[in-house]
Amino acid sequence: MTTPPSADITAGLAGTGSVDAGAAGLTSSGRAWQRLRGHRSARFGVAVLLLYVIATIVLPLVIHYDPNRNNLSQAFLPPEGGHLLGTDELGRDELLRLALAARFTLFVGVAAVAIGLAVGLPLGAASGYFGGWIDLLIQRLTDILLAFPGILLALALVAALGPGLKNVIISVGITSIPGFIRLTRASALSIRELPYVEAGRALGVASWKIVLRHIIPNSLAPVIVQATLQLGFAILVAAGLGFLGLGVQPPTPEWGSMLGLSRNYIFSDQALVTFPGLAIFGAVLAFNLLGDGLRDALDPRMK
Amino acid sequence: MLTYVAGRLLLAVPTLLGVATIVFMLVRLLPGDPAAVMAGPQATDADIEVLRHQFNLDQPPLQQYGGFLLRLLEGNLGISTRSGHTVAEEILTRAPYTIQLAVLATLLATVIGVTLGILAATRPNTKLDVAISATSVFGISMPVYWLGLMLIVIFSIKLHELHLGGLPAAGASDWSGFVLPTTTLALFSIGLVARMTRGSMLEVLGLDYVRTARAKGANRRTVLLKHALRNAMLPVVTAVSLQFGALLGGAVLTETVFSWPGIGRLLVDSIFSRDYPVVQGVVLVLSVTFIAVNLLTDLLYAYIDPRIRYD
Repeated sequence: MTTPPSADITAGLAGTGSVDAGAAGLTSSGRAWQRLRGHRSARFGVAVLLLYVIATIVLPLVIHYDPNRNNLSQAFLPPEGGHLLGTDELGRDELLRLALAARFTLFVGVAAVAIGLAVGLPLGAASGYFGGWIDLLIQRLTDILLAFPGILLALALVAALGPGLKNVIISVGITSIPGFIRLTRASALSIRELPYVEAGRALGVASWKIVLRHIIPNSLAPVIVQATLQLGFAILVAAGLGFLGLGVQPPTPEWGSMLGLSRNYIFSDQALVTFPGLAIFGAVLAFNLLGDGLRDALDPRMK
Repeated sequence: MLTYVAGRLLLAVPTLLGVATIVFMLVRLLPGDPAAVMAGPQATDADIEVLRHQFNLDQPPLQQYGGFLLRLLEGNLGISTRSGHTVAEEILTRAPYTIQLAVLATLLATVIGVTLGILAATRPNTKLDVAISATSVFGISMPVYWLGLMLIVIFSIKLHELHLGGLPAAGASDWSGFVLPTTTLALFSIGLVARMTRGSMLEVLGLDYVRTARAKGANRRTVLLKHALRNAMLPVVTAVSLQFGALLGGAVLTETVFSWPGIGRLLVDSIFSRDYPVVQGVVLVLSVTFIAVNLLTDLLYAYIDPRIRYD
């Protein structure tokens, strides 16, 4: 497992499709949108994510099995016939459970990143804008959260809070806070020196208003990129906790816990080990590619 | 340089204190009565009282915290509730296995990552460059726990080529058990190191002194390895040290996949057996190691590049 990705990790990957020609006359967001649409790896990422969303909505409607009902006479069926990806150790349809698990995994990712943003964005903006002891305090706090390598902080928190959906979201959410603080602080440091912020100060606009109306909105471009990459990381960590048996608990379908349980049958049924991991890999890859495209689109200089 | 070293050491103190505070809080975060949760459902009231006393949960919070920090300063991490051994003993017995794995994986990731990075930088925007960049995104998107299982399926079950992972018997010289866990752990970092080397090399190759070296007729290999690579390695050193920390964290998952008897596996086992002194000890030791590695990298970096000391 990993340290949270930063916005430069995927820099340069096949950023081949940037479309600048014909962009004249567009607003900056219009140009960014056009660059994103022309970005090959971003398009691939969006397509994969759409596939997941469609699968999680449509498959439960067309597959008429109960995802949580055990049927031991149907256990370990190979991928064929009525079960496209076969059945698991309790005779449940693997494809249906994977599709339903996508909901939990994507929800955990989005909710955790939302916590990271809700806490990290204002703290980072305040840290960069005010400086002084506020900056010192927030930076030491960030250092402390970053001192736990990789999955360790989330693991320690879940060990204390107990497994389950809510606690996984809180733990992974807290893990994603420091990345957003660092990034927003860096943006705020440069934005606070710009003439329009200085003009605001000279006019007597309250500091909190400057932070809310100017510093945070203008720091958003790198934050959006980081949030997308962080979604991938949150999914990796949450599924990792599930794999260890500390995430969302069975019988609720979740990719990590499905993979963890399938380990017991690795000699007899390799399909069960393959598909949940492939699902996690696909989702994380999609978010990383989309983040890469967003970075190129929002700030072509970073390429 | 001395001022810089002192400054960096001082800065590490509040971080260490913060980490110790979070580790202290872990047990206090347990829902309900922490002593009852740790003792488990079958415990008698007497068992619960013993644990309450062992963790000083019968004392006022500030006194608990003070006592915890004092014991840490003495190097006392407590007693394992499962084995009865000291936590320090438990960790020291397991640590060599994790260190072997992390060091081997770091070496593998550095050698392959730097080589791929140089290859990509010397052929920018070619198919090879794009392929190497794509590999790096695949690497960071790959769940290590799944990669480990897939390697077991392919090499141990289907091809019968490699040891399933896990250590050879005592005294045996069979190192094949290292191959799969090390590869699994390294693959994630290879992409990042390659990425970093590529970016850094591209920057350095565009600098004036490299052009001068080329202009005066130095051969391509000398320019690349002697002039460019040495200077391009600085950010790579930082990336590798950060990766070492990530590998320590990743070891928790990799060791579970391969039933490797390191401290990552110890942590997971201890969580399930509610052995909280060991959980606290392992989290603390892994974090302090990570802080120490980062600190050493900063100092090394400042030693190599004097500009940093005066910044």
